[in-house]
Amino acid sequence: MSLVKPYGDTVDDGAVQLSFTLPVAWSEAADEAARQLVAKMGFTDVAVVEGRAIATGFSFFVVYARTPVAIDVSQVHAPSATRDALSLEQVDELIAKRVGRKLKVAGACIGTDAHTVGIDAILNMKGYKGDYGLERYRGFEVFNLGSQIAVDDLVRFAQEHAVDAILASQVVTQKGSDIANFTALAELLEAEHLRDRIVLIAGGPRVTNLLAAELGYDAGFGRGTLPSEVATFIARRLAERVTA
Amino acid sequence: MELRIDHDVVARARRLAGAIVDPIEDFIARHSTVSVERAVARLCGVDGVDGDGVPLPNRLIDALGAREGGIARALGATIAETGRTPQQIAEAVAAGEPLPDPAATPQTALRAALRPFVDAGLARVDAARRARDAMLGRLPQARPPLLYVIVASGNIYEDRTAAVAAAEAGAQIVAVIRSTAQSLIDYVPYGATTEGFGGTYATQENFRIMRAALDEASERLGRYVMLTNYASGLCMPEIAATAALERLDMLLNDSMYGILFRDINMQRTFVDQHFSRQLNARSGIIINTGEDNYLTTADAVEQAPAVLASQFVNEAFARRAGLPDRQIGLGDAYEIDPDLEDGFLFQLAQAQLARQLFPDAPLKYMPPTKHMTGNIFKGHLVDAMFNLTSVMTHQTIHLCGMLTEAIHTPFLGDRALALENARYVMGTARSLGDELEIKPGGIVERRACDVLAGAVRLLDGVAERGLMSAIEAGTFADVKRSRDGGRGFDGVFAKSAAYWNPFAEALAGDAVRA
Repeated sequence: MSLVKPYGDTVDDGAVQLSFTLPVAWSEAADEAARQLVAKMGFTDVAVVEGRAIATGFSFFVVYARTPVAIDVSQVHAPSATRDALSLEQVDELIAKRVGRKLKVAGACIGTDAHTVGIDAILNMKGYKGDYGLERYRGFEVFNLGSQIAVDDLVRFAQEHAVDAILASQVVTQKGSDIANFTALAELLEAEHLRDRIVLIAGGPRVTNLLAAELGYDAGFGRGTLPSEVATFIARRLAERVTA
Repeated sequence: MELRIDHDVVARARRLAGAIVDPIEDFIARHSTVSVERAVARLCGVDGVDGDGVPLPNRLIDALGAREGGIARALGATIAETGRTPQQIAEAVAAGEPLPDPAATPQTALRAALRPFVDAGLARVDAARRARDAMLGRLPQARPPLLYVIVASGNIYEDRTAAVAAAEAGAQIVAVIRSTAQSLIDYVPYGATTEGFGGTYATQENFRIMRAALDEASERLGRYVMLTNYASGLCMPEIAATAALERLDMLLNDSMYGILFRDINMQRTFVDQHFSRQLNARSGIIINTGEDNYLTTADAVEQAPAVLASQFVNEAFARRAGLPDRQIGLGDAYEIDPDLEDGFLFQLAQAQLARQLFPDAPLKYMPPTKHMTGNIFKGHLVDAMFNLTSVMTHQTIHLCGMLTEAIHTPFLGDRALALENARYVMGTARSLGDELEIKPGGIVERRACDVLAGAVRLLDGVAERGLMSAIEAGTFADVKRSRDGGRGFDGVFAKSAAYWNPFAEALAGDAVRA
């Protein structure tokens, strides 16, 4: 057992900070409402350290409290897709030796999402934080389809060009649009019998590898991911398939 | 705080920008687009949708047999023949009636027939402008930097709540971010909307709802709160027309953004931006250009000359459409990596350079986005440094950075914290920029000189090549776009000898060759 609680300044003090807005005018009663609300969440020792009006009918609160609950970290699993990333040269060598041809990678911001910063950072020659993008690799042939690509069009493209890997990017997450789009893509690939031969990857600032796995993707990459980490994953996964 | 600037270099940059846009102006003068024509229809009073939800301006332009003559001739001829109003004509077309061939009606007759509707449209635009001027006189804004926030819930009624709350917390400008899909749809949606992703649809009814709410807040707060939307994408001119009618105060409008970042055809964009800006000039709307996008997609230190070059190009296009400098809100952004030593000095250099090179332009300063992370505490600090730069260099339109920039479209509380941050920094350091002198030959001045020199080199290359060829070669933002490629190209057409656009004609009268 390795039970832990949040750490303020003492082991197991359970200290947390919260901030939120309530749609009520500020008053002493609003502070008290905030305190009782946080207590109802299960916290103890609730201290509303700041409460004030931010607009007509809206108040903002900063609250410190303690939680009575703990978590056993030894029972928590979140597989990493970015472990032991290879360098550009190593990835190219792995592809050359084990696959023996260029791997075709198609990337797109799917649905109505127009935010290509993430997918561009991974695919464009220039890369991100000094780590070259997939276009720079000899082992990849990259198709960056850009923004607002309908899921149908992406699947058709993948079919026509026999791509080995798809990188679907979602930045906008409003009202679950990202999940809906990711799901639609996985389902359509499944329906077209393409899912098994394509390495399917989700990316975006709110994406985690765990979330991607739940959506039926091979991997998910979040904020701060380097192109070489994605390149390594694609190369390893496809090299495994050749061997298998 | 004053940079020593070589004015010969600046004059050269402006000459080059002129040489870049003048050939495009010739192209623009010979062409029109379906969205320009739909804007003409809207200004003549055409509004509403058919049974399938297709906007009547679209039905009308789609029914135009030979579009080379423009919609105004067809409307004028039909009015002369039938005595109907433009709206009745559009309704008849939507019901399946064809538009008659305007060639059968004498030129003078069709022009005279449409004239009252043209005059009425312009009168509505002018009335909105006068109403704004009157309100600004009665309810003066706080001094710049004008605090600008965005609302983007997707639901116009939630946006209204957020906008009023932000105004109460000190916002002087509220922008309703558009749904991400809208820039690429070739019509303007209709009515009040309650669903959208990453933003809320720009519709005339949504404009009215926000305008009314902000007018009410303006009266209550004793200061005029401005409303902003986007004249960008495929419907740039129609949004400019609608915004003029509904008294928006600012519009995001860039001469190249759509080409580079939304893959909209360049010919379409150049023609559309011109007519849009003519309308903006008449309606007193301040445009906000999109130079921040060069920095969010590439390294901000490297791209600084591209920002400045684009500011010169946007200025040249805007002046040629008749916009006075006080309506040209050139863009820039605070996007340098916070880990870069002396990065703040570089930001100061660039912001101060823009301030001095465009002294009468209401500069639009955009907050950090690219290097914002889930660490909201650090983010709030980075935003404070951005606020400091803005007040020190006298930026005009200040888009408040959100501590949750990297996480979600702002919560109501996020906006309040951002406004508090800006008010604190700008209050406590109000006159700092005026008290300091820039060290001659120091880091800031050298950086400013480098950026200016880089911009001139870039403009030189573009002028030599021609703007369209330069875009094809990937000169801007490393993005290559072909002149016949991209969305909306099929909506561009060459004008015939008989082409008539009474609004362009009236608005051209205001224009001055810079």
